[in-house]
Amino acid sequence: MADPGLSTTLTRPGEPRATPADAPAARPYLEFRNLTKVYATDDGPVRALDQISLAQRQGEFLSILGPSGCGKSTLMMIAAGLLPASNGLVVVRGQRVVAPRTDIGIIFQSPVLLEWRTALGNIMLQAEARHLDRRGAERRARELLTAVGLAGFEGKYPDELSGGMRQRVSLCRALIHNPPQLLMDEPFGALDALTRDQLVLDLQRLWNETRMTVLFITHSVAEAVFLSDRVIVMTPRPGRIDRVIDIDLPRPRTLAMRESPEFNGYNRQILDLLLARGVLREC
Amino acid sequence: MTGTTGPHLETSYDAPLSIEEVEAQVQDRRVRRRSRARISAVIYPVMTVVGTLVAWEFATRAFGIPAYLLPAPSQIAVSLAENAALILKHGWVTTIEIVLGFLLSIVVGVPLALAIFMWPAFSRSVLPLLVSSQAMPKVAVAPLFLVWFGFGLLPKVLIAFLIAFFPIVIGTAVGLASIEQEKIHLARSMGLGTAATFFKIRLPSALPSVFGGLKISITLAVVGAVVGEFVGGDAGLGYLLMVANGNIDTPLLFAGLVALTVQGVVLFFLVELVERLAIPRQTAAVVAGLA
Repeated sequence: MADPGLSTTLTRPGEPRATPADAPAARPYLEFRNLTKVYATDDGPVRALDQISLAQRQGEFLSILGPSGCGKSTLMMIAAGLLPASNGLVVVRGQRVVAPRTDIGIIFQSPVLLEWRTALGNIMLQAEARHLDRRGAERRARELLTAVGLAGFEGKYPDELSGGMRQRVSLCRALIHNPPQLLMDEPFGALDALTRDQLVLDLQRLWNETRMTVLFITHSVAEAVFLSDRVIVMTPRPGRIDRVIDIDLPRPRTLAMRESPEFNGYNRQILDLLLARGVLREC
Repeated sequence: MTGTTGPHLETSYDAPLSIEEVEAQVQDRRVRRRSRARISAVIYPVMTVVGTLVAWEFATRAFGIPAYLLPAPSQIAVSLAENAALILKHGWVTTIEIVLGFLLSIVVGVPLALAIFMWPAFSRSVLPLLVSSQAMPKVAVAPLFLVWFGFGLLPKVLIAFLIAFFPIVIGTAVGLASIEQEKIHLARSMGLGTAATFFKIRLPSALPSVFGGLKISITLAVVGAVVGEFVGGDAGLGYLLMVANGNIDTPLLFAGLVALTVQGVVLFFLVELVERLAIPRQTAAVVAGLA
């Protein structure tokens, strides 16, 4: 099949819940099978992704790392069912994705908040869309805001919040419905270094509590190593899987661990790869 | 202060102050600057207007300009007072025409924009027609409307509508189209349906642009109504202007112009008031951007 066609409704992943009977190791949560994406443009076809095959375990924190333009964001959009692949399949818990997935929380590089809604109102949009019990959802929203250090900011509007605060609200919105999977597209790319560190720590804590299956798109080597169970390094365009690196560091990881030889070993390994591919150059 | 050029920094150093003292000083300065700014925001325009009027009054008297050419402000004021009842009566007629034309523009313009936005085929077939209808001088259509719809209220309302609806169509269509794609992606991942996405996300996002169109539209509706009255009618401020012109009653002509101006400004601010009430956050952001 050349184009699976997202508009046709075959089966829908729906909102699968983690069940103990479902052996997580046996069946991956998310799978890409020979995923290829080519964009047709006036200057001819542009190859974005070339034959990506990948399986993500349930509860795994998986990072996709690569230079700008390697198709990382395209991959996330396809994984979310928001963009059709040109060839290949996305499979979630054994079912082919043919429509936008709703079993996910999604976070973009920009917070994508509605300007006319308060922080709490923006988070509650998710609850309204899913017809969650209003009172319970509001309590959970407040808990999440507290968890990311935004207690007391429920009534603030996006234009009254800093960039980091807005992205935190966006994180809460992606988590309020306890999604089995979190998709994050360079979520901290636009933030300053300290805010980034804090949000990475917050994210690790939240992941540790929920053990969601996280697909994390980034171009930060340190961020990928710090957070992930596995890092997928992509080649520059067209995006192919260059190397899969298992990050075998104890959890929870601490900031001090970033200075450890093991951590730096992983960093080095990825940097060497990027140097070899010409993504980075040393004079 | 030696050797410095350009504006001086607002700073002083006589003795080291505690942070609390500096705090009080800085806050105090801010309060004073604010109140000065607020006063000047009123005083400056008022002074400009009064100054212009005084110069005008003085010039007409000093050079002996006859009233039928250029009446002095005092003569216009007298004419306004003497003809107050007349102006109010005709002003009311014009107001009805403007408001009806404006409402018709909304009722037709917004759904039209929705259709243009939702169905590309419709957009392709209708948009060229729409654009050429705007390129056509609408004043020239006024006599035709007179033939078709007579001398009453209807042709004026229709001319006002014809002139005023286009900015609403454009404002609404642009507002709907210029939404961040991520917002739509987000809605889809939440499982929000098409209708819910429209009312919860698309429409509110488009409102600032819609109101931009509405504000242009209301000022154009005034033009449309007056043009309609010029061409044929027996009531309204446009008609009053024609009569005053025929009688070479230039002070009344000016009085009518003043009335039309006031009317236009009031209607504009009414639309803006509705905007502020409907989308307080976005309006505040725009105002902050202009300031």
